[in-house]
Amino acid sequence: MSVVEKIQENPVEEFLRTDRLPHVWCSGCGIGTTVNCFARAVKECGIPLNDIAVVSGIGCTGRVAGYLKLDSVHTTHGRAIPFATGLHLSNPKLHVVVYSGDGDMVGIGGNHFIHAARRNLDITVILLNNFTYAMTGGQVTPTAPLESIETTTPYGVFEENFNLPHLAASCGAVYVARWTAYHVMQVKKAMVEALNKRGFSFIEILSPCPTIYLRRNRLGSSVDELKFFKDRSVIQHGADTKDVGINIRRPEKIIVGKFVDIDKPDYLTAMNEHLGKVLGDKYVRWGE
Amino acid sequence: MAEIKYTVADPKGVLTGVHYMDGNHAACEGALAAGCRFVAGYPITPSTEVVERYSARIPMVGGVFIQMEDEIASSICLQGAVWGGLKAMTVTSGPGISLMMEHVGLAACLETPCVFVNVQRGGPSTGLPTLPGQADMQQCRWGSHGDYEVIALAPSTVQESFDFIIDAFNLAEIYRVPVFFQMDECVGHMTEKVVIPEADKIQVVERRYTSKPPGEYLPYKPDPDLVPEMVKCGDGYRFHVTGLTHDERGYPVINAQAQHEMCWRLVNKIDQNAPKIWKYEEDEVEGADVVVLSYGISARVALKGIEMAREKGVKVGRMRLIVVWPFPESRVREIASKVKAIVVPELNIRGQIAREVERTVEGTCKVVRVPHAGGTVHDPGQIYDAIVEAAR
Repeated sequence: MSVVEKIQENPVEEFLRTDRLPHVWCSGCGIGTTVNCFARAVKECGIPLNDIAVVSGIGCTGRVAGYLKLDSVHTTHGRAIPFATGLHLSNPKLHVVVYSGDGDMVGIGGNHFIHAARRNLDITVILLNNFTYAMTGGQVTPTAPLESIETTTPYGVFEENFNLPHLAASCGAVYVARWTAYHVMQVKKAMVEALNKRGFSFIEILSPCPTIYLRRNRLGSSVDELKFFKDRSVIQHGADTKDVGINIRRPEKIIVGKFVDIDKPDYLTAMNEHLGKVLGDKYVRWGE
Repeated sequence: MAEIKYTVADPKGVLTGVHYMDGNHAACEGALAAGCRFVAGYPITPSTEVVERYSARIPMVGGVFIQMEDEIASSICLQGAVWGGLKAMTVTSGPGISLMMEHVGLAACLETPCVFVNVQRGGPSTGLPTLPGQADMQQCRWGSHGDYEVIALAPSTVQESFDFIIDAFNLAEIYRVPVFFQMDECVGHMTEKVVIPEADKIQVVERRYTSKPPGEYLPYKPDPDLVPEMVKCGDGYRFHVTGLTHDERGYPVINAQAQHEMCWRLVNKIDQNAPKIWKYEEDEVEGADVVVLSYGISARVALKGIEMAREKGVKVGRMRLIVVWPFPESRVREIASKVKAIVVPELNIRGQIAREVERTVEGTCKVVRVPHAGGTVHDPGQIYDAIVEAAR
């Protein structure tokens, strides 16, 4: 008798476009792990599947939209957030999720990121940070820590990087969390919370890129990186985001947790309240 | 196949009556009449009055105006709104349209029905923010990378800014393409009488939504007119679309065969339907020795030059392009076979439409360019001189 009597169905298969598998991601890449978390979050969040839409930009993480069996749009480089802005405002019953990488979202797309946070648009932004433009072969991104070796910084990074939770929080995000690809349960839980949060919710997920970033920086395998995330992560819910930057490759501690969870009117609520107040009965309320 | 569904305008957006307004305001009213319920824009002279009026009007109509952080954002934000179910446009001028070009390509590739209004000013670069030009006419056709087709219209009057932007929205829905509304600073800022009809006299085209159930629907399986049926987010289709080369399922396929099939269809859907899209106005073309072919404000300025030439006994006809792209090749070729020359006045130096005329007529008649760098309009005397010279 075979050891494996029955091949169990993958519990997240119904959320995936199985006709598109195998996916493009490398063995050991953290993106797939986070997609697994996302599928489980979608299952648990209580929102009907037809009311969730995923928008991605370009790059390895930009391919996420294409594997999720949801309304999903693969847009242009850096512009997933403004597409999501239009999608959300035109059809506010949708829960719009932007799922993309660090280069896409805070390199070329940085302007849109800060403005969407400032407006407190009711969207969820999941940013997978692997510290590199992986799809194009490993160029430096605005999140790469000092001294990182990238193809366009062959002698090491010397410019300061972004502290993304601080960026999001200071621009107005109402939910800000950071986890790593090691923290699968916490990532899933954060995704459930973010999906149900009204306003601009932001999750940064640190993730291993074994083929490019880890190899080029001689940081070992994906397993080594997950162990590193496990050993160095310190959970500090409510930490001051000023203090959570990661500007060296091997920091003594990586501060993770839910840093911000506040309530304030999102863009549409503010629009309806304000225009209703100023225009009275003449105003046609939108999306309610 | 999805029938093209015509309906009448939603009266909430129609400001029926006789008005005195400028072309930019008229374009805004036309967009509202056409059912545009989402505008994303960024301020730029000489186009700003369109979004200013829209931002004041839309709260009472029901819809959204958002001023985005830049033109790049505007040009994709509106596409999000289209895939969410609204009719949408953005409005800009030269520098803005240059920034938007990547998303013209996205709209062509995703087949997002939408309208880009370009109130043309002098370029290059910052150029002449407050003064007219018509030097973005080839840009609107070719400005994004890759092979695709668009539709472009050019109004000459304020009334046409209202009337033809409705056509622009309708054509966008019928063919699922980005449609350019190529105004110019003169038309945008000139004030004239505009008659806005009753809503039930305004014909608008509904989006070609599929009637197929999820599971049977394929996002890019074309109808016989080569245009695919559409769905929107939230309707349960759980579809995927991508700016990568894709197959009928909307899935990325990175090979030459998929590229061949997708790009040829994007081009052929306009080529094959071009005679239905063409729109032009002619007068006294039969029996003419010279035909003046123009568009936008230049076509209007040319009227004076034509009148002067006719007074001198020159047989001058006139052809005014309303739809500039696709270019009415067979009609221009037909005219070329009967006249000595076609004279093309336009506010650009290199003959952006004149060279299309030259390409089309293949030497059958003379093509006389009447170039102008912009900043103002032609002196009608220049056009008169060109007509008289061409008639010799």
